Amino acid sequence: MLRTLLSDDLPKSRVLSVLLLVVFVGLAVAPFAFPGAQAINTAARICVFIVLVASYDLLLGYTGIVSFAHTMFYGIGAYGVGLSLFALGGGWGAIGLGLLVALVVGVALAFAIGLFSLRVRAIFYAMITLAVASAFAILASQLSEITGGEDGRSFRVPEILRPGFRLFAEPVLGLDISGRVVTYYLVFLAALALFLMMLRVVNSPFGRVLQAIRENDFRAEALGYRTVYYRTAANCLAAAVAVLAGCLNALWLRYTGPAVTLSLEIMLDILLMVVIGGMGTLYGAVIGATLFILAQNYLQKLMGAASAATKGIPLLPQLLHPDRWLLWLGVLFVLSVYFFPTGIVGRLRRKA
Amino acid sequence: MGAGDVPQADQHPVLATRDLTIRFGGHVAVNAVSCAFAAGTLTAIVGPNGAGKTTYFNLISGQLKASAGQVFLYGDDVTAKPAAERTKRGMGRAFQLTNLFPNLTVHENVRLAVQSRARVGADLWSLWSRHRDLIEKADHYLAEVALHDRRDAVAASLSHGDKRKLEVGIMMALEPEVFMFDEPTAGMSVDEVPVILDLVQRLKARGDKTILLVEHKMDVVRSLADRIIVLHNGTLVADGDPAEVIASPIVQEAYLGVPANG
Repeated sequence: MLRTLLSDDLPKSRVLSVLLLVVFVGLAVAPFAFPGAQAINTAARICVFIVLVASYDLLLGYTGIVSFAHTMFYGIGAYGVGLSLFALGGGWGAIGLGLLVALVVGVALAFAIGLFSLRVRAIFYAMITLAVASAFAILASQLSEITGGEDGRSFRVPEILRPGFRLFAEPVLGLDISGRVVTYYLVFLAALALFLMMLRVVNSPFGRVLQAIRENDFRAEALGYRTVYYRTAANCLAAAVAVLAGCLNALWLRYTGPAVTLSLEIMLDILLMVVIGGMGTLYGAVIGATLFILAQNYLQKLMGAASAATKGIPLLPQLLHPDRWLLWLGVLFVLSVYFFPTGIVGRLRRKA
Repeated sequence: MGAGDVPQADQHPVLATRDLTIRFGGHVAVNAVSCAFAAGTLTAIVGPNGAGKTTYFNLISGQLKASAGQVFLYGDDVTAKPAAERTKRGMGRAFQLTNLFPNLTVHENVRLAVQSRARVGADLWSLWSRHRDLIEKADHYLAEVALHDRRDAVAASLSHGDKRKLEVGIMMALEPEVFMFDEPTAGMSVDEVPVILDLVQRLKARGDKTILLVEHKMDVVRSLADRIIVLHNGTLVADGDPAEVIASPIVQEAYLGVPANG
């Protein structure tokens, strides 16, 4: 049963199994175990990014395609649902319509980019995606009458997902089941389903062809696989999942704007999460996204405490000042890439 | 000879090339080579280094695009078809420079070929680990090339000889009609060579496969080939019975007279 759910792709390392279980249980009980807005926000963000990073790993880690357009698809999903809810009011129909339009637009764009430019060398493909993604970001901020420009759009969501909504009259295990909690579980379950679905795809015959293309596209072609079709299919699939991640993000934030969906910064974050977690493993996406977002959200707090604790010692308090958190985040990345060139999951699996 | 004729054309050649040519800038690497290959025959292609043998193979199997001329497979013009399409139609190729999936296991390497043959590559939803028939078939071909004990090793970790065997095993797993061996035993140790030669011998004994073999070792060619064609500077200079071709002055001069790396 569990084997089938995980598509016969077991973690193959005890430490990794424990880590994955901790992440899974942590996310599953987050609203109950970790009270407060920041905790649940962090948990929801981790769920969304696990999906987003895993879908990027499908491209980078499995197929060997370097794309900088992944946030564009993420943005298409967020804008699709967001603008639809903004224009049509907070109903499920609006969500469905927005989702459908976003999926069609996203997959069509991925198909076009793939078919026209996946024949070229990897570096040129990366440039093309960068150009298309930049153009899209500019378009989104320029068409401000539709998209809200740089400010983005806030919108209403269906009744059951609103913060004021109560699913039950009484608290459950000491927690009011508000619309936020309902939304959180919607995001969590959708993320879980999407992740397991991707795990299934990478362990299918199709998934192995993608790996073959990554390893040696010339030979894959000689074996009878039309690599351009497979690459395009991978591109479309990754785009569709990124669109869905964008939708989840929009529903959670009840807001969509360039800074939270389209920015190059997010693209770089995704890249880092894939690399830190371990390319070509999917589980790496879980570990990478979780660690990265936890560090982003809690490193500052941790450093504040450390800075206060080292008061009196020369230099250390200044070095550990919360304002330096980006510096330390950078140091952590450099160290992790240096010590785990195959990513955390790659390292753990090799030991096993 | 009319324009449509191919020299030595059998009743139904499986594979044929007509005036097949490729130019790299001013250099003509393969020059108007016309040749037909019948089922059940093993044709050795010999010639000095740089004669265009591998380039000729690349034109036939589609890794290079011809500047002029055509390639026919079962009478169909496949000149414009990509390599993948030619493979699907029954061409198999073992490369001279080993060309594997380095970070996949030996078994996975072969299985990708089995899977291509079984046409399940586009299946997104079934589990790769549960296609028993494909797994067993891949194991069968691994045994054929005596690599079964290295089944779960990563291809990159194999010795040179084992990589050569795997290269051949991958082609076997495609179950092609046309087998193109490009110096399959090059660089192999003496005790490994018979594994490959036995395999070629067995393939030939089946009597229905079209086998093309580029080989430098003249004793191998003499014992295996039904026919020898000689390429020199991209041009077909001799074609016929092994004993005759080897004895002919043009081969003595063009091939055997030239040092191996000349």
